[in-house]
Amino acid sequence: MSCWETLLDYGLRSIGIGERLLPREDFTICQQVVLIGSGMIWNVYFGLVAMLSGFFLATAVALGKTARNPLARKSSEWFIFIFRGSPLFIQFFFAYFAFLSLKSVSPVFDPFTSAWLGAAIVLFLNTAAYSGEIFYGALQSIPKGDMEAADAYGFSGWTRFRKITWPTMLRLAWPAYTNESIFLFHATTLVYFSGFPAWQQRGDALYYASYFADKTFNPFVPYPILAGYFILVTLILISVFGLINRHLNRHLPQNTRSRLKMRMPLIR
Amino acid sequence: MFDFCTDPDTLSDLAWMACYLTTGKHMAIYWSVLTVLLLLAITAPAALAFGFAGASAARSSFLPLQLLGRGYVAVVRGVPDIAFFLFFVIALDQFFEWIRHEVKCPDWDQPIRQGNDFVVCEAAKLPLGNSAQWVHETYGFFLAVLTFAIVFGAFAANVLYGAMRAVPRAQMETAEAYGMSQRQCFWRILVPQMWVFALPGLSNLWMVLIKATPLLFLLGVEDIVYWARELGGAKTARFTDYPHGDWRMWYFLALLVFYLAFTRVSELVLDRIMTRLTKGQATTAGEAQRKAA
Repeated sequence: MSCWETLLDYGLRSIGIGERLLPREDFTICQQVVLIGSGMIWNVYFGLVAMLSGFFLATAVALGKTARNPLARKSSEWFIFIFRGSPLFIQFFFAYFAFLSLKSVSPVFDPFTSAWLGAAIVLFLNTAAYSGEIFYGALQSIPKGDMEAADAYGFSGWTRFRKITWPTMLRLAWPAYTNESIFLFHATTLVYFSGFPAWQQRGDALYYASYFADKTFNPFVPYPILAGYFILVTLILISVFGLINRHLNRHLPQNTRSRLKMRMPLIR
Repeated sequence: MFDFCTDPDTLSDLAWMACYLTTGKHMAIYWSVLTVLLLLAITAPAALAFGFAGASAARSSFLPLQLLGRGYVAVVRGVPDIAFFLFFVIALDQFFEWIRHEVKCPDWDQPIRQGNDFVVCEAAKLPLGNSAQWVHETYGFFLAVLTFAIVFGAFAANVLYGAMRAVPRAQMETAEAYGMSQRQCFWRILVPQMWVFALPGLSNLWMVLIKATPLLFLLGVEDIVYWARELGGAKTARFTDYPHGDWRMWYFLALLVFYLAFTRVSELVLDRIMTRLTKGQATTAGEAQRKAA
């Protein structure tokens, strides 16, 4: 079987298109690369969904934490504390079993027990809490002069937020937010190891990598392939976020722009 | 556990709960909490040692050593850590067995990798096939600790490397001017001063380490996640005196609360240590403390 046929058979295996049976013996490098790459579809899906939706909740949470209203402030603080203070792994398990018990209450909750919705919700809340804290820190460090200038120009309410506060917050938070997004993509690998079942063996990249490692007793091929894919995703993320960073900083003189600094990816 | 637990069917709710939570199996989950604490107690210093070695190697003037140190720090970057956890446990296990195989069975003529199998001679198996159950469990735990130490060692190395570079250059130059050797400069000037700069990073790392302990479950250790899944599953009256429905959700809620409490307490303690350490330091925080006093 040529590599091209393998690509046709397994290229979209993780979303249920193509050959049904996973390879069982005589594993080729090509099969491993294709199948693990096919699993990356899920990692990218979870990462993008959580990042794009989490961004808005994060802004809301950050604003809530700075609010004068004690109800908004306390609830934002607790939200951030709960999702940042506990392991994501346990959050996944808890959410899965919580959805499982809700399933018996009403069939509405059926889709929540499958990974594509349930795990995406957990990741969404989790990244909202982490980025909310980052945005809160940025809101705190907006220069006083900027706000005074906005007042002097007669900005107030929504216009002031939209034109002054929000862009400045994003600009200050962007380097940290880039790192947070990278961690988020790395965290997507936990999904299929934490209760959420891989229905019909449709899993993410790590699911297939550990499948091959289990079958071949040889971790030295599948995991480096997985690592390669993730390094690729990380590089793409960094370049996209770098472009946005340049856009956010375009009004500043060249030498005072905040550069993107890479931090170590850490587990949460 | 309690005397009144002889016939669970007749008990009131509260007493039933007290009996239920003290069955032999529940004792196992309480022990596994201790396993987690033990893991933290061993891993934290081990990772610090790995990190210190890595950071020292990375700033060595001997090129191969420097490349090794930098490579160790850099290799963790860009790759999900959970992949490292899965990778290292198999890789280390096979590495140890291979070494023992080379030493103990020099006249073995078959290849080690036969197709999809990893084959070493009987005497090289780790742990030996006929050893007791606790040896297997301890070996698994040992592999887990080593994996944690290697992965977190890389993070710690990064933090310590940054801290070493944060020590003011003038300090080192002064030491050299006094005629101290490279070794003396390093141990007497650099190392004592770097901890203040390293502490914020290290305390962050400690929090991350706490939150990484549930990954023990993936390494095949019977930890709290394993027991929560075991004990929480629905039990019928045929197999146990304490039948109940699917309570896994509540068990994981308990774990969630446990971890929240643990991270909160660590946060408070680390804040205190930081306050203590910054006292009298020539940093912004130290200056603020002096003014407040």
